[in-house]
Amino acid sequence: MIGMSTRHILLGLLASGPSHGYDLKRRHDERFPQARPLAYGQVYTTLQRLVRDGLAEVEGTGADGGPERTTYRSTEDGARELAHWAGEIAPPAPFVTNEIFAKVVVSILSGGDAEAYLRAQRAAHMERMRELTAVKTAKGADLATVLSADYALNHLDADLRWMTTTAARLTTLTAEVDAA
Amino acid sequence: MSNGDSAVPLLAARDLTKTHGMTRALRGASVELGAGEILAVTGTSGSGKSTLLHCLAGIVRPDAGVVTYAGQRLDQLPEKRLSELRRSDFGVVFQFGQLIPELTALDNVALPLMLAGTPRGDARARAGAWLERFGVRGQGELRPGEMSGGQAQRTALARALVTGPRVVFADEPTGALDSLATEQVMTALAHTAREAGTAVLLVTHDDQVAAYADREVRLADGAVAVAGVTA
Repeated sequence: MIGMSTRHILLGLLASGPSHGYDLKRRHDERFPQARPLAYGQVYTTLQRLVRDGLAEVEGTGADGGPERTTYRSTEDGARELAHWAGEIAPPAPFVTNEIFAKVVVSILSGGDAEAYLRAQRAAHMERMRELTAVKTAKGADLATVLSADYALNHLDADLRWMTTTAARLTTLTAEVDAA
Repeated sequence: MSNGDSAVPLLAARDLTKTHGMTRALRGASVELGAGEILAVTGTSGSGKSTLLHCLAGIVRPDAGVVTYAGQRLDQLPEKRLSELRRSDFGVVFQFGQLIPELTALDNVALPLMLAGTPRGDARARAGAWLERFGVRGQGELRPGEMSGGQAQRTALARALVTGPRVVFADEPTGALDSLATEQVMTALAHTAREAGTAVLLVTHDDQVAAYADREVRLADGAVAVAGVTA
């Protein structure tokens, strides 16, 4: 299977030892601080599918003074699947399918102000980059937080560089789009 | 957090024009810097951002337009008074070469204090404290040629801040650094300036560096293209 998937993330968390759904959710949210927190329902559905596919199995059920919880562990097939996924190359992002490019072209086609749109989009990108920079430079930020903010910052920065080049070439692009 | 709109700005330029030879570097640029504010001036090469910094820092005089600092006309100040003001109120950091190669890091940072009359022992003690804030105290006895680029820039920042300026002008301070050294230099600059209440005018072509500022002013062809929202 290709791409970011909850099942592989959960298998990865199970690789360090058996765990129950609540604990997996908590560890996921700690480990990937900039990711969307996992919903409990998604964790339990995914665990059931892992069991169905033979990649994980139920280790036991216990209450331990609190609510009853089912503990899961990874199987050998699960470990193999995880190793395969972790070593698999993620596909480089597809070429020219992004919303910003589409909006620039549509704006030109409809006689809109592509330059004004790019300026506003830049301001929004910079605002988000300032927020992420504040997150990663806050005193006590751990390395997982810094690296995950860096990942987002580098992607936003790539967008900005593309927008700067595009803004400088709008006259030519407009002529090209209008002639087509 | 302060900004350029809410009160009388500490430093302001209005309708600046400046021509270098045949090139018009500034064509009616206006910008305001609030006390304690970190402002990024961005733009592509040749957009006029360094010239704007030089005009605001009193290093060059604009051909036309007004520069005010703390209520006085900087662009009309006599040269002697201007250089006194630059020494007492302003600190500068450039991309390269501002450290004196023959002096150790500690003596480089102590130098502005000694020029202002502080005895050498006191100046070196204060310089050491600033090197510590920038995480390069252990390199105090090294000369610039013996330091990494990031260490040299953090030393240059310590030197710019050691006299307690109200404004630091930083022109591409990370332009020659890799991304990790950039992060260290910018984190040190932003934290220290915010703690000390020092305003920073940061010229950069790197948007990840600009994101350390409170606000962005973007130049295109010598004028302001877009003034970003205050964080």
